Amino acid sequence: MAVAGDKDLDIPRAEPGPAPPVPRARRRPRPRLRRRTELVVLLAPALLLFVGFVLLPIVLAAWDGMHKWTGFGSLGPFAGLHNYRLVLSDPVFRQSFVHNVIIVIASILIQLPLGLGMALLLNRRIRGRAFLRTLAFAPFVLPYATTAVMWLLLLQPGGFVDQVMKLVGLGGLVQLWLANLHLVIYTMIVVLTWQFFGFAMILMLAGLQGIPGELREAAALDGASGWQATRRITLPLLGPTIRIWLFLSVVGSLQVFDQVWIMTGGGPANASSTMVTYLVQHGFQSYEFGYGSAVAVIIFLICFIFALLYQRFVLRRDTRGALTRAVG
Amino acid sequence: MTDVSTILQAAPARPGPGPQPRRGRLGISPLTPVTYLAALLLVGVTVVPLLFVFVDGFKTNAQINSSATALPHPWDTRNYTQMLTSAAFWQPLENSAVIAAIATVLVVVLGAMAAFALSRYAFPGREGLFLLFAVGLLFPINAAALPLYLMLDKLGLLDNPLGVALPEAAFGLPITIVILRPFMREIPGELEDAAVVDGATRIGFFLRILLPLSRPALVTVAVLAFVQSWNQYLIPLLVFTSQQRFTLPLAVANFQTQYAQNTASILAFTALSMLPALGCFIFAQRHLVGGFTGAVKG
Repeated sequence: MAVAGDKDLDIPRAEPGPAPPVPRARRRPRPRLRRRTELVVLLAPALLLFVGFVLLPIVLAAWDGMHKWTGFGSLGPFAGLHNYRLVLSDPVFRQSFVHNVIIVIASILIQLPLGLGMALLLNRRIRGRAFLRTLAFAPFVLPYATTAVMWLLLLQPGGFVDQVMKLVGLGGLVQLWLANLHLVIYTMIVVLTWQFFGFAMILMLAGLQGIPGELREAAALDGASGWQATRRITLPLLGPTIRIWLFLSVVGSLQVFDQVWIMTGGGPANASSTMVTYLVQHGFQSYEFGYGSAVAVIIFLICFIFALLYQRFVLRRDTRGALTRAVG
Repeated sequence: MTDVSTILQAAPARPGPGPQPRRGRLGISPLTPVTYLAALLLVGVTVVPLLFVFVDGFKTNAQINSSATALPHPWDTRNYTQMLTSAAFWQPLENSAVIAAIATVLVVVLGAMAAFALSRYAFPGREGLFLLFAVGLLFPINAAALPLYLMLDKLGLLDNPLGVALPEAAFGLPITIVILRPFMREIPGELEDAAVVDGATRIGFFLRILLPLSRPALVTVAVLAFVQSWNQYLIPLLVFTSQQRFTLPLAVANFQTQYAQNTASILAFTALSMLPALGCFIFAQRHLVGGFTGAVKG
């Protein structure tokens, strides 16, 4: 698998700063063996853990996926790409994939403007700013599983949400939020927006704080209105932050699981299934490990291909190393 | 597009030393009702669901069934006291804490060692190795769940806290190394030279000088690792079969299916299980936002 992101993931090499190759001459000569031992001791544990639990499982899964294999015990007969073809032609998997895509699009259309707007709002000195910021970020730090249980109870037929809607005169709009085939995926989007919008906001806020105030000041002196300064100066300078958020948001949306699994189990009739709920249902619960491995590899490839394309065509424009520094 | 012509055009039109320039300097804008309405809406949408959980935990089931929106009358603390005196809450809390602690220590210790080697040693293949770790950022742990499960089965780590902590640590390594390496790189080489002149070995320099200097970055990666482990649901779901080993998110979800009719108890359990994360967040939020700022600014 090509490591096409090389240059982008890397730290700028031209950087004249205190890069490691410190002039050797000033150093006390060090036995080569000792240096090598140090390197092995420093690197081996991390490498072992990483290869053992991150790389190896997915490589083995690609192999397992080529076998008919149900239940524990040894691998079944070799089946080539049979499982992979089965997965890709299964309407339920395709439907799950479409749901993931809907979640991706919805989070971009909803969370980005909302997070950006609130960040611009909270970046000004309004009273209670710190408090508002804390509140908006709170849902993101709660375990998804617990907020899923919370929303499950909120959305029960005749539950809190329905009662509130009746109170404010919207009783006619009450639906079976989690049982309506056509609605359930949008209910999920509301839940996901509630949980993740604070992350978009906090990232944008951080980006805004990195933009020197002098720029807007100069624009104001030049007679730019607040909106003009925002549109012409702030937003373009926020570009890298927005692109990083987009990346993290898409990768996150492609592996949504907890909320859907707890609230609907992917149902009713797969109307809210995602690729990972499909994986758990069809690979794990039915003990079809060969088939499940193929599903896992396909999900992984979808994320990986997206990431490479994104690196290549979108992030490339940003300063090098933006991804490596900004994630987190 | 603010070129010379716009400056010239705009200059005479400026309304003198009015409120406008001052706004630019201080970043203060008039507090319009719209601003506050938006803020209020944000608070409402965020907080009301959480308030529902905490407040309705003080109701009996009969009260909840008659009205979910009314305030409890009377306030009944039994749901909470029952939970707080039962192992159903404390056991998963302890399990979650132990697993998150193991994962965090592993990530920080192994990540710092690797980042040190990758930042301050020159050796062939260094950039390739760094890239290998960085590519790990693209491996979603949820997609890897089934392959991980099969791996843990081979290693005999199923239904074992290590079977959760080790994968979590492994998946936390990429972000840790990616954050720590640039940080360690920027610590001036003169410091290292000085330490060598004073007779320190390179490992001594790492332990006594580099690590203490890297503390802000170490705290950031530790918080990240802890939170990710604390919130993880799918891996424990697949690994654990014995209920007494369940982590908190797993226990809450499981409680909800087991006692589906007892809404009041579920609410109290959910509220209590949110408290550690909320408490830590409010305690650490200043640091967290600061960490994000540093990370994005680079």
